[in-house]
Amino acid sequence: MNIKDIFDSMEYGPAPESASEALTWIDAHGGLAGHFINGEWGPRRDDFPTNNPATGKRLAGVTKGTPDEVAKAVKAARRAQPAWAKDAHHRARVLYAIARGLQKNARLLAVIETLDNGKPIRESRDIDVPLTIRHFYYHAGMAQLMDSELPDREALGVCGQIIPWNFPLLMLAWKIAPALAMGNTVVLKPAEWTPLTAMVFCEICQQAGVPAGVVNIVTGDGETGDALVRSDVDKVAFTGSTAVGRIIREATAGTGKALSLELGGKSPYIVFEDADIDSAVEGLVDAIWFNGGQVCCAGSRLLVQEGIADRFYAKLKTRMDGLRVGDPLDKAIDVGAIVDPKQHAQIARMVTDNTDGETYQTTAPEGCFYPPTLITGLSPASPLMQEEIFGPVLVATTFRTPDEAVEIANNTRYGLAASVWSENINVALDIAPRLASGIVWVNGTNMMDAAAGFGGVRESGFGREGGWEGLAGYTRPKGKPVKLKPITAFTGDQTPADPLDRTAKLYIGGKQARPDGGYSKAVFGPKGALLGQISLANRKDIRNAVEAMNAARGWSGTTGHQRAQILYYIAENLSARDAEFAARIDAMTGKKTGKDEVQLAIRRLFSAAAWADKYDGQVHDVPLRAVALAMKEPTGKIGAFCDDATPLLGLVSLMAPAIAMGNRITLVASEPFPLAATDFYQVLETSDVPAGVVNILTGDHGELAGPMASHLDLDAVWSASAADISTRIEKAAAGNLKRTWVNNGVARDWTQDHTKAILSHATEVKNVWVPYGA
Amino acid sequence: MTTETATASIAHHGLLPQLHLPRVEAMPLDLDWVAQATANRSAIERRAATLPGRRSVKKDHQAAWLCKAVSLIDLTTLSGDDTAARVQRLCAKARQPVSAAILDRLGMQGLTTGAVCVYHDMVETAVAALSGTAIPVAAVSTGFPAGLSPLHLRIAEIGESVAAGAREIDIVISRRHVLTGDWQALYDETRAMREACGDAHLKAILATGELGTLRNVAKASLVCMMAGADFIKTSTGKEGVNATLPVTLTMIRAIRDFHDRTGQMVGYKPAGGISKAKDALLYLSLIKDELGDRWLQPDLFRFGASSLLGDIERQLEHHVTGAYSAGWRHALA
Repeated sequence: MNIKDIFDSMEYGPAPESASEALTWIDAHGGLAGHFINGEWGPRRDDFPTNNPATGKRLAGVTKGTPDEVAKAVKAARRAQPAWAKDAHHRARVLYAIARGLQKNARLLAVIETLDNGKPIRESRDIDVPLTIRHFYYHAGMAQLMDSELPDREALGVCGQIIPWNFPLLMLAWKIAPALAMGNTVVLKPAEWTPLTAMVFCEICQQAGVPAGVVNIVTGDGETGDALVRSDVDKVAFTGSTAVGRIIREATAGTGKALSLELGGKSPYIVFEDADIDSAVEGLVDAIWFNGGQVCCAGSRLLVQEGIADRFYAKLKTRMDGLRVGDPLDKAIDVGAIVDPKQHAQIARMVTDNTDGETYQTTAPEGCFYPPTLITGLSPASPLMQEEIFGPVLVATTFRTPDEAVEIANNTRYGLAASVWSENINVALDIAPRLASGIVWVNGTNMMDAAAGFGGVRESGFGREGGWEGLAGYTRPKGKPVKLKPITAFTGDQTPADPLDRTAKLYIGGKQARPDGGYSKAVFGPKGALLGQISLANRKDIRNAVEAMNAARGWSGTTGHQRAQILYYIAENLSARDAEFAARIDAMTGKKTGKDEVQLAIRRLFSAAAWADKYDGQVHDVPLRAVALAMKEPTGKIGAFCDDATPLLGLVSLMAPAIAMGNRITLVASEPFPLAATDFYQVLETSDVPAGVVNILTGDHGELAGPMASHLDLDAVWSASAADISTRIEKAAAGNLKRTWVNNGVARDWTQDHTKAILSHATEVKNVWVPYGA
Repeated sequence: MTTETATASIAHHGLLPQLHLPRVEAMPLDLDWVAQATANRSAIERRAATLPGRRSVKKDHQAAWLCKAVSLIDLTTLSGDDTAARVQRLCAKARQPVSAAILDRLGMQGLTTGAVCVYHDMVETAVAALSGTAIPVAAVSTGFPAGLSPLHLRIAEIGESVAAGAREIDIVISRRHVLTGDWQALYDETRAMREACGDAHLKAILATGELGTLRNVAKASLVCMMAGADFIKTSTGKEGVNATLPVTLTMIRAIRDFHDRTGQMVGYKPAGGISKAKDALLYLSLIKDELGDRWLQPDLFRFGASSLLGDIERQLEHHVTGAYSAGWRHALA
């Protein structure tokens, strides 16, 4: 074509970025990706290839890490950790040096990322690499501030980190930067398809003066990852599929390893009729066609208000026609290659298998490219409305009202992100808090920054990356763990001290309910006196309690002030009966601590009441004309096993912060000393606690742990029990990936006030991004 | 839907067939539509900010695109000190915007600018200077740039410019009608001006830098199109802020919406502040992506610019020689 022809056709033509420097770099490193352990390279073997998905050509050989190699890396990290944790300012300097090093190698990193992953060079150059750099700068600051701002926290130790192939360098940054800032050392495994930018990163670490053993990279596949999960690490951080996340949850259950999971999503993209429709259409380009839709938080589920749906779809199809799909190294390409032919086949199969709705596809070149696809007219029941496709495929349905939009949006197992498009601030700010997701973008999509936490709810995983909230995942409270001793219930001779029968029922839905199983159990004092009978709860009573908590959903919408009033009222009513509770506790435990315990319980109620309207969210300082509101939302419905030793204080210590934050909770009372909890029913009944907000069960912790933790409609399970149930809870929790907070057999001194620490378990941070502009 | 024809009504000149669409027909003012129009500034700015990273035109394609940009320029002089000689010089440049030697190397002989844009007093001079070419003369009119002279005088001014040979009339709207939400007044005024234009094409200047919000830009764009504007144009070049990418995006989306609903194609002219070849490429890719290739012809798109051409000439010389060029190597406008 000559210039005159182009003048007439006005085609874009090729605008390729050169790959030669990147290929030279790979050659200069032996054409192999492999381990970087204790500051040294190797071994590097050619166990399997990593290819350029755009061409199918081999880029390099990759070393498949063996369990021994993983163990060696963990050992190096372990050795390096104490010295690294010592000097926060030194860490800040090193992180700053890494950021500078990344900046100096920005183009190399971008090109290698695109070669290895297939994403458009525009994205790796303008998004992945700048966000990576930003993450290290931001966390250099966090290292600097750790001593003054987090004086009660310390590093976890060695973190095992496993990252996906969709943002190889950025996910590395999200994992390594906060871990290092807080004084941890790391062993990170890049994805098997995309290990190359991690190799450049190792070299940058060497130049930045990262001490040997602080950053260790082990390449490999799923088996290598499995070895890392099972190795001697203190924390596992994983980003990837929900299926693998579930396996990791089970594998780490009861090991005491901290865990954060950033998993899949099927994020809703909600367009109200008063939205700027053109901008909402354009937003979808960045929602579902960004990185070929291979993004965990991709806005992949379009919900459009019915009245504008036809016009919206028409505009969207026109926009899709303009998307340029092809060579990811071309600077004017919108959608690059799919990461691997296997992934491509998976996307194609899911779309082909779908028979619902209408499918609109544009075109894509031959090879590992998939055309932008829109499937309209689906119902929530269609498999493609529920399953994550992880490709450039948008599915769509319509809604009628804001309430229905929320209902459809939340009709999913996932809960990572959501977009809300409306020009009406009332609509947007009403909808955002009601969406089950960790992130909400108002009139935008896929906004990310180091200052704002990223992470989800439900089966999208748990933990946050970025912001102050992200540091919780890489620190723990200072202090030495003390082993928790099991407590055996007293036995006795069946002679009632009081001839009037007193068999405590369960407390479910604001009523005293007979146990489903119809069994009861005697409770004896230390000298064998029969103190009373309790009901033995079973799985059906748990089911009933969860139903009661569902019915009490209005509690989450009450104000902190209201909840404080009720907590004070509980304290008031408990105080009025303090002598009776003190006597009951002493009778059960045979100690003289009852009086103090009641007073401490009253204090805990006051603490929680005090916090109820003061556990503020934050406005993060993101580099955008926007507010990023880090809102603290209730975790939801919690099942909790109470401390055994302090029958009243243990229960109140968990209950009060939970309900202060708007959660609903079902507590399983102290197993050996359950009667203070059953006496407490009357306190709750007289304190205006709405039915179902607090439910109390009595019975065998070991028996109830499984059904509680596997209940798919619970959001969290806590255990302060002396029974050995932590492993069982964490394993069973994998079902819906509910949050767990268990003691792993470590004692906690409940005479101390842990309210503030518990608040963090009782809340989830939701980041609501609201860009603005008149 | 409209159909387009390459008509013979305007003489073909060189390689620039002047595609000619049926005139935009005015329609009744639709206030519901105007009320619905909205523009999310943050989202629009994000789209505009990321555009340079998303589109890139290189080598022969870049040269062709820059030639296209030349063909779309309303080469403009709107100064108080304009004289006949100054306007003649400008017209000479419009006929031969890039040196013949460079155009030969590019295979783009005969390239001219899209039009010449002058004050009313200079219309006759310009028409005479451009005789024998297809280059139309556009006159800024209606009390340019403030648009605050009496309405009957503004209307009369249009008539005089048309009589003097202007084939395009760039009118300025009354910003006050937008700022007070008096869409009926804006519509009536624009409609009257359109009628006064007769066969000449009306380009409505919104003076977007004085409209306060992008939402107002969107609404004003729609009202002017309903009133029969053949083109909508950003600025007089005299406001504090002239053409910007966010304003462009807002206006061309209004054009697209108008086309979707009425089938009529309205042209777009960003004016003021576009002085670099790179900016011109950016505008062209935005038009291409948002409105489509059809809008990359002079009957539907113009750059209102004076210094842009100089930068394009330097880039084109670089393209043919491989060496960076200097301003003094190219003829003054």
